[in-house]
Amino acid sequence: MAINQEHEIHRRRFGRNLGLGLVLAGFVALVFGLTVVKVKRLDPEITAQEVVR
Amino acid sequence: MTDTSVIDHGPEASFGDYVALLKPRVMSLVVFTALVGLLVAPGGVHPLVGFTAVLFIALGGGASGALNMWYDADIDRLMTRTQNRPIPAGRVTEGEAFAFGMALSGIAVVMLALATNLFAAGLLAFTIFFYVVVYTMWLKRWTPQNIVIGGAAGAFPPMIGWAAVTGGVSVESILMFCLIFVWTPPHFWSLALFMKEDYSRAGVPMLTVTHGRAKTRKHILAYTILLIPVSLGLGLTSVGGPVYLAAAVAMNLWFLKGAFTILRRDEDAAIADDYATERTFFRFSLVYLFLHFGALLVEASLRSFGLGGW
Repeated sequence: MAINQEHEIHRRRFGRNLGLGLVLAGFVALVFGLTVVKVKRLDPEITAQEVVR
Repeated sequence: MTDTSVIDHGPEASFGDYVALLKPRVMSLVVFTALVGLLVAPGGVHPLVGFTAVLFIALGGGASGALNMWYDADIDRLMTRTQNRPIPAGRVTEGEAFAFGMALSGIAVVMLALATNLFAAGLLAFTIFFYVVVYTMWLKRWTPQNIVIGGAAGAFPPMIGWAAVTGGVSVESILMFCLIFVWTPPHFWSLALFMKEDYSRAGVPMLTVTHGRAKTRKHILAYTILLIPVSLGLGLTSVGGPVYLAAAVAMNLWFLKGAFTILRRDEDAAIADDYATERTFFRFSLVYLFLHFGALLVEASLRSFGLGGW
């Protein structure tokens, strides 16, 4: 049997879950962006090493 | 079974309650001063690294706010101003606030270390420790000088922003620290002058309660005078310049005038106009700090066009 009665608490929990989901998605995007920035900054060194090799 | 029932465990927290644990209004000052510290520092960082640094400095500040609310829940229940905070209102348990604050502190420090450097992250960790352990647990309930030393916690953000770029400290970042540090007592005590009832009910040794209000007025003036050399001194360093110095001179004169007016008032006059002068002084203290850091930002942008500075 499905629970089909909507209670105020369900809406509040949904809001909380949605908020946490968005925060986590933002965190993932931020870590990805940071990785790109850091890797790009390292790039000249890596290229220089490869030239030496 | 034909129906479903929801067992009501009392008020349940919404997303906003967890945001409220981070003290967003205090956070806005942290964001602004940390951002200025980061932008005026020599060198500069990639915008995304800068954004990440400010974000996690703010999160660290917010986490210490949550830990402060965890520890202070007993006195927050007694003061009308704080009774509706998530813990006294029963929407978040003390244990949840503690776990939330500890987890976010860890995330903030680790992320700042990964994005910038270990020195900045160490400074952030020390700031959280200082605010939670030194200020909240120790000084706040023990000495009327609580906010003088506790103000150091609020003074660290521009120094962390600076360290995020340079990886160290300098006379500039120490003076930015000193500016907020010396500014905190007159800012907070002018608030305490018109919020006396709350603190005395909670038994927090606020200067107005322990030493009286006339003495508090003297203390406000003393720290306002002490603030002048710090504010002007910062203008003579590499981050200062004519724009900053002109703004600083004007604001210090205005602040000093306000502090003298507060000193000369007696309680009857203050009660008669419902602490109008004290309220104005408190509001101006916020403008004072905002404009000082704003002027530093103006100098930094002028410098990028080859203008400003010394």
